Amino acid sequence: MKLQLDTSLVKECRQAAGKIADEVQRFIGPRSTQSVERTVLRLMGVNDAIDGVPLANIIVDNLAARGELGLGAAYWLGNACKQLGLSPQEAAAKVAANELDLLAIPREEPGVLRPFLQELAQPGLRKIVDNRRQREQMQQKLKMGPAPLLYVIVATGDIMQDVPQAQAAAEQGADIVAVIRTTGQSLLDYVPHGATREGFGGTYATQENFRIMRKALDETGEKLGRYIMLVNYCSGLCMPEIAALGALERLDMMLNDALYGILFRDINMERTLIDQNFSRVINAYAGIIINSGEDNYLTTSDAVAEAHTVTASQFINEQLALAAGLSPWQMGLGHAFEIDPDLEDGLIMEIAQAQMARQLFPDAPLKYMPPTKYMTGDIFKGYMQNGLFNLTSVLTGQGIHLLGMLTEAIHTPYIQDRYLAIQNARYIMNNARHLKEELEIVPNGRMQQRASSVLAKAAELLSQVAEIGLFSALERGMFADVKRFRQGGKGLEGVFIKAAEYYNPFLDHMKAMLLDRGLKND
Amino acid sequence: MTEGKLIKAYGDALDDGAAQVSFTLPVAAGPLAKAAAESLAQSMGLDQAEVVHMSSQGEGFSFFVVYGHCHHQIDLSSLQYTELELGDMDFYEINDYIRDNLGRKLTVVAACTGTDAHTVGIDAIVNMKGYNGEYGLERYPWIDAYNLGSQVENTFLVAEARRLQADAILVSQVVTQRDVHIPNLTRLVELLEAEGIRSSVVLVAGGPRISHQLALELGYDAGFGSGTTPRQVASYIAREMVSRKLGAV
Repeated sequence: MKLQLDTSLVKECRQAAGKIADEVQRFIGPRSTQSVERTVLRLMGVNDAIDGVPLANIIVDNLAARGELGLGAAYWLGNACKQLGLSPQEAAAKVAANELDLLAIPREEPGVLRPFLQELAQPGLRKIVDNRRQREQMQQKLKMGPAPLLYVIVATGDIMQDVPQAQAAAEQGADIVAVIRTTGQSLLDYVPHGATREGFGGTYATQENFRIMRKALDETGEKLGRYIMLVNYCSGLCMPEIAALGALERLDMMLNDALYGILFRDINMERTLIDQNFSRVINAYAGIIINSGEDNYLTTSDAVAEAHTVTASQFINEQLALAAGLSPWQMGLGHAFEIDPDLEDGLIMEIAQAQMARQLFPDAPLKYMPPTKYMTGDIFKGYMQNGLFNLTSVLTGQGIHLLGMLTEAIHTPYIQDRYLAIQNARYIMNNARHLKEELEIVPNGRMQQRASSVLAKAAELLSQVAEIGLFSALERGMFADVKRFRQGGKGLEGVFIKAAEYYNPFLDHMKAMLLDRGLKND
Repeated sequence: MTEGKLIKAYGDALDDGAAQVSFTLPVAAGPLAKAAAESLAQSMGLDQAEVVHMSSQGEGFSFFVVYGHCHHQIDLSSLQYTELELGDMDFYEINDYIRDNLGRKLTVVAACTGTDAHTVGIDAIVNMKGYNGEYGLERYPWIDAYNLGSQVENTFLVAEARRLQADAILVSQVVTQRDVHIPNLTRLVELLEAEGIRSSVVLVAGGPRISHQLALELGYDAGFGSGTTPRQVASYIAREMVSRKLGAV
């Protein structure tokens, strides 16, 4: 089953998106953020919190308040380690206890200190690579289910309750389990510490919660003979920190959209674009698959009229991902089944869109999201809507399939909601497994015309954005009908210009490894 | 018409009481689990409860579909209920109504409050585009609508309502796990009362788990659930203002 897509138009889309991404990368280059610096500290081994405030925050806030963050947090902590013969964690604990002032001790020349900082970065880098190798080995041994991989969420708001729900979901047939964060975490400018048993619509993303769930899913996976992937949310004000924690605890997938925080959480665009770059470099290095969030556009915009914004955003997310060193197999580019179910031939348009995404990004797994906007509380109708969604997914070869819940719009999923969702998907996907090989799309038919028209509009939008730049496009509300201002939103105060001698030992090393392909990333 | 009439659930014969329930038990599927499901269904009032489907949901959990005949009957005349009088005015009639009866624009301030980040409901009612083919309040020439977005603090909402001299406040709550929305909604009422402006605004709550009854209990003037359209909200606010003689010039 194939659509005829205008290859020169596709090329134009990629070139425009490449231009957009280049402009963003030029902006990012000379800048860093407080979140990026906290990430560096965490990767150096700085852990723990005092009265709920993570040590990484204490140190970065301290340096920022005194206007000394320009060299990067690695320099200051590394200098203390060198001068005093301490480990990063020991030095950080002393700073937090007011026993050490990083600015009041002798200073090594930044250039001279670099090799030492690279040494300090080694254990963290090694841990991430080890996790990556371990994942590869386990996946070889345990195997994965056939695509589309079945993705479910757990969201009890208590990590201890999340565990049995996640394990039950895996036993029911889920391949991928996402642990939802509490509503509001994206706006916290720190990552909470330790296991958490509270939250609404989910619980906090913390390193300890990651570790607890990883262990539980490994045990279940061993028992079932399948590798169960673990997902969390790499978004919000702590995007790169969450990426680091996920890399350290062997998460497999991260929601990691370049624009989502700007559009839907009103996080400042400069802050998010800098943060997303480092978070994606970490995810690339860790062998983590990212999911982008284009599906969200269709919750505020109409899925028929605004389908091209999804396609355009996928091209932009792809180019920003490439710039961060991600390989196509790591790009779960998002889209969603959100067309009004009362529309005649809505299914034709859904299939056209999904098939087009499949062909435009042939090596990306594609993250396909279920109906949510038109789920009503009529669970029987909802189950049917999810059935058509499942059919569209298997018919168009999607990679990552988030299961629709028949109780969407009623409550966070009950155990039986997930069970029924998995049964629905298994039935349809098994029953229609090779249907795509048996069908052809009518040339110039409805499906073909729909795809051609969406692609043409996407190309037009991309060329407009390329002309004015991504920042201006966001200011004009060209995505998801949401307007954001360059100086507006949360977190701009955390952005700073790097000093000439600034150094981030992780960013430089990871990028070098990824871009030179010293690290096997295929 | 229904006075004194007793009714039962209906399957294919009057008063057969036919009903279906489905649920999970934290017991491994098997004869014991099946007996437990039947017993539970009987306790729910289902006579001749029959487990028509049982399956394992992973270790220690089983799923059931049960049919039975519910012996409970309901006396319709004994029921008390509240229902919003939803106007049948259209977009143009509502604007005319505001112009003719109030003679000035209505100011509506809307927000998704607390930690709730789900704006789909408030956007559907307020934003220009609207919902289900109906324009949102922003499109009404006789309404000035302000959508403050998500994760708005109650204190900020009240301050904005004062600053903009709001006639009506719309609050959306989508995340309702463990009833997080209840204290949050209650808090807003308390703040408005403390500021002395509760009685001078039309206060409306909305969301998939918000009923009119619940909203009244929490001290709101009205509650709107799933499927509400902007027109229903707009006509309610306009009529309420007129009937309470609020904001007359």
